[in-house]
Amino acid sequence: MIAYILRRVLYIVPISLAVSLVCFMLVHIAPGDPIDAMVQPDTPKEVIDRVRAEYGLDQPLPVQFGLWLLKVVQGDFGTSLIKGRPVLPDLISASGATFVLACTGGLLGFVTGCVFGGIAGVYRDSWIDRVLLAVAVAGVSVPHYWLGMVLVIIFSVNLNMLPAMGAGPGGSAVSIFDWEHIRYLILPSITLAVIPAGIVTRTVRGLVSDIMSQDYITTLRGKGLRRHGIVGHVVRNAAPTTLAVIGLQLANLMGGSILVETVFAWPGTGMMLNTAIFQRDIPVLQATTLVLALFFVVLNLLVDLVQTSIDPRISRR
Amino acid sequence: MTAPAPLVRARDLHVSFVSRDATVKAVNGVDLDLDAGEVLCILGESGSGKSVTLRALMRLNPPNKAVVSGELSVAGHDMVTISDRQLSSVRGKVVSMIFQEPMTALDPVYTIGRQIGETLVRHEGIGRREAEQRALELLELVQIPSAKRRLQAYPHELSGGLRQRAMIAMAISCRPQLLLADEPTTALDATVQIQILLLLRQLQQELGMGVIFVTHDLGVAGEIADRIAVMYAGRMVEAGSTVDVMRGPLHPYAKGLLGATVHSGLRGTRLTTIPGSPPDLRHPIEGCAFAPRCPHALETCSAGVPEFRPMQAGRAVRCFRSEEIAGATTRPPSRTTPQGVLLP
Amino acid sequence: MSDTQQIEDRGGPAQPLLIVKGLVKHFPIGSVFTGKQVVRAVDGLDFTIDKRETLGIVGESGCGKSTASRLIMSLIAPTEGEIVFDGDLVGAAGGISLAEYRRQVQMVFQDSYSSLNPRLTIEESIAYGPKVHGTPHREAGERARDLLQAVGLAPRQYARRFPHELSGGQRQRVNIARALALRPRLIILDEPVSALDKSVEAQVLNLLLDLKEQFGLTYLFISHDLNVVEHVADRVLVMYLGKIAELGPVDDIFGRAGHPYTRALLASRPSMDPTRRRTQPPLVGDPPNPINPPSGCRFRTRCALAREICAEREPGLYEIGAGHQAACHATQADSGYGDSRRLAA
Repeated sequence: MIAYILRRVLYIVPISLAVSLVCFMLVHIAPGDPIDAMVQPDTPKEVIDRVRAEYGLDQPLPVQFGLWLLKVVQGDFGTSLIKGRPVLPDLISASGATFVLACTGGLLGFVTGCVFGGIAGVYRDSWIDRVLLAVAVAGVSVPHYWLGMVLVIIFSVNLNMLPAMGAGPGGSAVSIFDWEHIRYLILPSITLAVIPAGIVTRTVRGLVSDIMSQDYITTLRGKGLRRHGIVGHVVRNAAPTTLAVIGLQLANLMGGSILVETVFAWPGTGMMLNTAIFQRDIPVLQATTLVLALFFVVLNLLVDLVQTSIDPRISRR
Repeated sequence: MTAPAPLVRARDLHVSFVSRDATVKAVNGVDLDLDAGEVLCILGESGSGKSVTLRALMRLNPPNKAVVSGELSVAGHDMVTISDRQLSSVRGKVVSMIFQEPMTALDPVYTIGRQIGETLVRHEGIGRREAEQRALELLELVQIPSAKRRLQAYPHELSGGLRQRAMIAMAISCRPQLLLADEPTTALDATVQIQILLLLRQLQQELGMGVIFVTHDLGVAGEIADRIAVMYAGRMVEAGSTVDVMRGPLHPYAKGLLGATVHSGLRGTRLTTIPGSPPDLRHPIEGCAFAPRCPHALETCSAGVPEFRPMQAGRAVRCFRSEEIAGATTRPPSRTTPQGVLLP
Repeated sequence: MSDTQQIEDRGGPAQPLLIVKGLVKHFPIGSVFTGKQVVRAVDGLDFTIDKRETLGIVGESGCGKSTASRLIMSLIAPTEGEIVFDGDLVGAAGGISLAEYRRQVQMVFQDSYSSLNPRLTIEESIAYGPKVHGTPHREAGERARDLLQAVGLAPRQYARRFPHELSGGQRQRVNIARALALRPRLIILDEPVSALDKSVEAQVLNLLLDLKEQFGLTYLFISHDLNVVEHVADRVLVMYLGKIAELGPVDDIFGRAGHPYTRALLASRPSMDPTRRRTQPPLVGDPPNPINPPSGCRFRTRCALAREICAEREPGLYEIGAGHQAACHATQADSGYGDSRRLAA
């Protein structure tokens, strides 16, 4: 088991390398010259060339990548082309904000999905199953930005209950330790949670109703186990597949966070990325993409390890 | 001297499965008695209602689809009116069940020891650790080699024979008065099947359990049963002692089944067959359900359902014409093959 | 139904229809990290099937009988070994082409439902093979209806039905008709009656025996049911863990079995006489895993006769009667078995 974990952790190295290469390349494949965004339209060519050389953008691509990677490993993500200051401090605070939002949204979505799916699966084909399934389908179909705006209109504009944007009062940083800050978290989390909740609901519903029709459930009933005893078995059997689906939803969560953070002006990596795209701020763009991707890789690894440890049928060699 | 109450008593037991598309009348009036310590085989083909009858004895048919009516008592419990709460303390303790496919009937993500222990924890009020110890003794009782190691094994890590032994250990863990067995050897290899049959016979005698054993295999019934009941289209068509039924079946279907069973000494001959196939239980059946396939059927056979009439020596048969056609029932005497195998 | 004749006999009656030489199939399992392991599903099969005979293969789960059938059908490629069909090496230059071989050898599987296309009527299913092989549509349809008649399903009533509208026995009849549609010479029957009820099993067995006469067929009949094999086979091959344990005429196998495994298999059958029940299991335990088969004789771990020689040396297939071979040291006076000590259990 330990050897297995070690090996899975080692896999991270080549995956991360590949991810960083893709992040680096994507930016360069994209059309548009970053220098154009920095300088006045009538700047002389020599100045542009000097600026280009200053940022190392005149080097061949592989060299650029090598230099970039070398710095990244040392924690130097370069300097923002727009703001003119190091990317790292901004990146750290943005990552923290995204982490908080993704965790709350993810937790909310996955827990809701498991509970709804479990109930719908046990009472398959009853009215409650149909209601929950309708809610799940609606959840999957609603776009983030639309739902975010509707929630803002209802709860912020009309009811004036919750803040419409930002992470804390007066532009303060994210925190989860006082109600004044938690208020800011509610609407973005709900918006982010809706799609994973819908997908997990549908998966868990199918899983649970499938498990309930298995022979071993009949055996358990035949042993005289009461309802709560049987539920334990259902959960243990549904857990590995549910976790796998949750792992896949992490990608959705990352993608969703970009939209949600933009709608709610949430100061996270998503918004940072969005801004960087529009401003062609290449170092910021590369850094945020890399962080988001690595975030995803690590979460997937964790899901995999948990899944392996709870399912005896997966060989752990 | 009054006879003791039978362990199982069913009268006019009906089970139907209701769905949006159709109602399947799977069991249509079964009468059944089983004494303590007796082994009854219910013999029948797929769709005969044998498994449904068995499951009805502990109300294991899907609760939201199966409709049960009639009288049914097991070890003094009225299984038709019993509350869910009481039912769960009868199941596994007084009556338990083993299934055809031990691979799917055991929970794949729980160890064998945990699954056996679970029954003990539920019914005997003992702790996990003590249950584990008892589970070990049970695995030894069902002759699982290196039992201690197998306690920690998951079902997929065991062979088919060992899985079925573990299933049996689980079923007998609380020393039930009645063991229900739903084709427990059908999925096993021949050399393993006979081991499991012998084990069940031995445990039945040691524990004095009543056993109802469902099978489609006449040979298996011959190895284990005291009595045989033959089912067709949801009804009993013949019942009697194992020797009587296997030597001289009275019902044309039972006779046909015996004739169609391939065994030694038939080489180069055509097998006797029962023409056609069993009826579709989604549609109502007029008269004797076997009449369309019966070589002795008269027009009157389709007029009404024949009664399940008691005959001499504890036998019963559901046929209008069993006396008239009895002349054709004699089978050649048994003969011995070179291996000392006795065949009919 | 004489439009396309069976391919005529080339080698003459003395030439076996099928010769299997040194057939081996190892399935690799495991990954780069766990090291390579192989499942020795079939580990050296040599046998022949004569024209118009039925060879039965019996054995327990994991003995390789189904893998063997798929190898002979050339559904999977062997690790080693070759197949000679009526004197022609299969799939080799100068021999018989794989496509032609596959036309002359057909297969019927245990699961009657999943081996039929659920979206085709049974007439279309049966006519499909001939159409692919260039028979005109109308002719293929006619032949399909003739074959339905031959397997006992009235074409007028059944031709337009779909597989789910038939019972298991009727579907198996359709599968047999489909196998016959290309006028094959050899039919591989892999547990063809195992999923059927007893009363239907007898019908299908009778049908198979009739068709064999009518169409001059040769059968390879695979089953776990000894009674069925005894009923239909002329010669019987007993397999254990990928190897031949015993091979011989049906009466010799069932009457004078030479291999202790064959004897145990026979003795494992229910007695059919409730007054003379079995009291001891002929064998204990389950068949071992084909990943790491025992050294020497593979049966020795479950064999009551096992001695040290059985662990040291693998027995050959010894002749113990006319056309009757058994892979057991105990059958041979000069095998060293007599001098060997009993193997500690």
